[in-house]
Amino acid sequence: MKKIALAGNPNSGKTTLFNNLTGSTAHVGNWPGVTVEKKEGTYKKLKEPIQIVDLPGIYSLSPYTSEEVISRNFILEEKPDCVINIVDSTNLERNLYLTTQLLEIDVPVVVALNMTDIVKKNGDEIRIKEIEEKLGVPVVEISALKATNLKDLMERAYDCSKTKRKGKSVVEKQDISHLIYDVTVALKAVKVENPLFHAIKLCEEDEIETKMHPELMEMIYEFKKGYHNSVFGDDLEAIIADLRYKYIAKNLSSAFIENKTNKAPVVNGVKLIKETRSDKADKILTNRWAGLPIFLVFVFLMFHLTFSEDLFYLNSMGLVDAVSFSGSSYFEGLFANGGVMSPGMILFNLMDGITSWFTDVCASGLISVNASGWAQGLVIDGTLAGLTAVLSFVPQILVLFFLFSILEDSGYMARVAFILDRIFRKFGLSGRAFIPMIMGFGCSIPAMVNTRTLASEKEKIATIRVIPYFSCGAKLPIITAVAGAIVVQFNVGNADAITFGMYLLGIAVAIIAVITMHHTSLRGDVAPFVMELPSYHRPQIKSLLIHVWDKCKHFLKKAFTIIVASSIVIWVLMHFGFDWTFLSDEQIGQSILVGLGQLVTPIFTPLGFGSQLNKAFGWVFVVAVVTGLIAKENVIATFGVLAAGIGATLGTFNTEGVAEVSSMIKATGITVPGLIAFIVYNVTTIPCFAACATAKAELKPGTFKWTILFWLGVSYVAGTAVYLMGTWWWTSFIFLGAAVAIGYGIHLRNKRIDAKVI
Amino acid sequence: MICKLTELHVGERGKIFKVEGEKRIRRRLFDMGVTPGAEVYLRKVAPLGDPIEITIRNYELTLRKNEAGCVYLDKED
Repeated sequence: MKKIALAGNPNSGKTTLFNNLTGSTAHVGNWPGVTVEKKEGTYKKLKEPIQIVDLPGIYSLSPYTSEEVISRNFILEEKPDCVINIVDSTNLERNLYLTTQLLEIDVPVVVALNMTDIVKKNGDEIRIKEIEEKLGVPVVEISALKATNLKDLMERAYDCSKTKRKGKSVVEKQDISHLIYDVTVALKAVKVENPLFHAIKLCEEDEIETKMHPELMEMIYEFKKGYHNSVFGDDLEAIIADLRYKYIAKNLSSAFIENKTNKAPVVNGVKLIKETRSDKADKILTNRWAGLPIFLVFVFLMFHLTFSEDLFYLNSMGLVDAVSFSGSSYFEGLFANGGVMSPGMILFNLMDGITSWFTDVCASGLISVNASGWAQGLVIDGTLAGLTAVLSFVPQILVLFFLFSILEDSGYMARVAFILDRIFRKFGLSGRAFIPMIMGFGCSIPAMVNTRTLASEKEKIATIRVIPYFSCGAKLPIITAVAGAIVVQFNVGNADAITFGMYLLGIAVAIIAVITMHHTSLRGDVAPFVMELPSYHRPQIKSLLIHVWDKCKHFLKKAFTIIVASSIVIWVLMHFGFDWTFLSDEQIGQSILVGLGQLVTPIFTPLGFGSQLNKAFGWVFVVAVVTGLIAKENVIATFGVLAAGIGATLGTFNTEGVAEVSSMIKATGITVPGLIAFIVYNVTTIPCFAACATAKAELKPGTFKWTILFWLGVSYVAGTAVYLMGTWWWTSFIFLGAAVAIGYGIHLRNKRIDAKVI
Repeated sequence: MICKLTELHVGERGKIFKVEGEKRIRRRLFDMGVTPGAEVYLRKVAPLGDPIEITIRNYELTLRKNEAGCVYLDKED
C-alpha cells in the first residue's frame, strides 16, 4: 500500500483535510499544535487504497520541538511515497518557508493550496502555474473544509508517488552554495541518504546533524573563517533562513495577486492595515482593561452551564418558582428541582436515572435467581457501583468539553494564553498552562490530556502534577460532607466558608508546588513563548463533535478497564477476611482491607487520623482514603457502608454524607484539625486511578513514578502542617521557619550550581 | 532610527534589522518569519504588559518581551 504523509503549518487545515480524506475521527482544533502524535487513516477512492499519515503541524524542520523532530524523522526514516504539503493560501509567505525545506528531501512533494475559497471570496487570485514552475512540483488548489478538489489532489499525489524526485534547494547561486555542494558531495561519498537536506542542515549547524557528522563540521568552520556577510557576519543559520524568505518574496509572492479594491489604504505614505472581523473581535476580547474580566465571565459561564442546579440564578432571583419535574421515580427532578437545571445537570440526572434503573434491574434479577450474598455484592457493589460512579461524570465532562472546544476552535484559547502569560511566567509556566489547570476543577482526566498543547516537557510535568490540586467535581462531596459534619458536631464555622477555603488551599498548594519545582527538580530557563494567534472563526459543529468524542473515548476506555478492575479488587479486599470467608457489610471490620488499613494507620498519626483515634474504628479514615483511589466519590460512600455497619445513623441532613461523617466522628473521636487534615490529604494526594492512568500515558516514561511520589509527599506534608498548626498554634512558627530555611537552602544551592556553570 | 522591538509603541512599525539571542530562540524566531528585512507592526500589548502581539508577514504573532528584546528594528517615523 502506498503511504502519503500530510505536512504543513499548524492551523493550515491539515487535520481537516485528513478527516475528509480518511473519514476518520482525528482531532481538529484551532489551537496551534493540536496534533502531537501522528495519526493514520486510509483513502479509498482511488484504484488502490492509500495510507494517509497526518504529521504534527510544524513551521520548520528545525530540531527544537518534539513536533518538528517527529515530522522530520518520519519523512527521512519511514520514507513515505509522497508528501502532501498543505499550505494556507491566505498566508503564503510563512507557509512556503516550510515548503522550501521539504523540497530539499529526496521525496515526491505535492503542494496543496488550502483555503483558496477564502482567497477567491476576497477577490484575490493565486497564479498556480507560476508557483508550480518555480517550485518544480505539482500545486493543487483545494478547500479542505468544503472538500473541494480533494480527488484531484489525491490523483496528482498518487501519480507523483510512482516516480522518484531528487531534493532541490532554493538556496542556489549564492556565496554559500559551493559550501553546500562540497558537503553534499562528502555526504554522498559516505552513502548518506538525502545528502542535500543533511548538507544544508549541517551548514545551519543543526543540533541533530552536528552530532551525526562531527567529522564534516571542520569544512564548515573552515568556510566560516574566510567568509563575512555584511548583515549576518558568519551566521550561516540566519543567512539560510534569510535566503529562503528572500526567495519566496522574490519568486512566489508575485503569484499572489491582491484585489485592487481590497488593498490597504495608504494615508500620508503609511500603509494602513485593514480591519477584519477577526480584528474587531480581538479588540474587545483582548482589550487592556476588559480582556481579563471577559475571560473570567467565560470561565464562570462554562462551569455554570455544566454544574449549576439553578440556571442563571433564575430561582434565587425569584424569577421562576420552585418547580420540580415529577417524572417516574428514576427521573424525578430531571429538568428542574427548585431551580432550572443547567444542560450539564440535565444530562447528569438523565445518566443517573439510567444507571440507577439498570442497577436496580440487575439487583432484583440477582435476587430472583437466588444468587448468593457475595455474588450480589460483587456485581452490585463491587462492579456496578464503581462503574456507575465513573459513568455519572461522563455527561458533565461531555458538556464541559463541548464548551471548551467552542473556545478552542474559535481561536479564543490562544488569546487566553496571550492574556495570562505574564502571571504564569512567574511560576516558570506559560499562559497556555492555565487552560488545563482550570479544567482540573471539572475533572483531572481531560485536563491532563489537554497538557499536550504545552510547549515544553518541564511545563507539562509541572502542570500534570498540580492538576489534581484544582479539586475536581468528585472531591466536592468529600469537602461538603466533612465540612457539614464539622459544623454539626463541633458547632464551629460555616460549611460554605470551609468548602471555599479548601478550594483556595488546593490552589495555594499548587502554586507553592510549582514554584518549588521551578527552582529545584524542573529548574531551567523558561521555554520561549513565540506563538501564532490564529484568526477567529466560527467553530464547525462537525469538528466540535469529533473533538468531544475523541476526548471522551479515552475516559470511557479507562472507565471500563482500570476502574472496573480496581473496584473489584477493593471490593474483594473489603468483603473477605484473611481466611477468605465472605463478610457482609456489617462485618467488614474483619476484612483484609481493614487489616491492612490498621497496619498503615499509625503512619497517619501526624495528620490527626492515625493512632490517636479510638482503636475500634480508627482505621476508617485511612480505609476511606484507599477506596478514594478508585474514584473520589468512594470516600463518602465508604463512610456510608461503615456507618451502616456500626449501626449508628443520626437522622438525615440536607447535604449528602453529613450524617455518615458525623457518625464516624462519634465513633472515632477525631478532632476538627484532624478532619481538615483529612480533607487536605484527600485533595492533594494521588488522584483517582483513572487520572493516574491518564498521567502515566501523557508523561514521558520514567517520570510517572516520581509524580506518584510527589503526590504522596506533598499530601503528607500538607496534611501534617494543617493538623499540627490547627492543634497547637505555636507550631506555625516551626513550619514558617522550616519553609524559610528550605527556601534559603534552595537559593544557596542554586547559586552554587550557577557559579559552577559559569 | 534603530531600536529594539520592545521599545516600539502600539501602532508603530519598523523593518527588522538584526536578530540576536540564544541559538534556540533565534532559530524559533527565524522559523516564524522574524528575519532581517521583514516588516513589523506592533498591534497590541497584553493586559498585564507582556507578551506583545505583532503583525509580521501577514499574520499575527505573539511573543514575550524577553524574546522581543532580541529583535532590532529600523523604526519608521
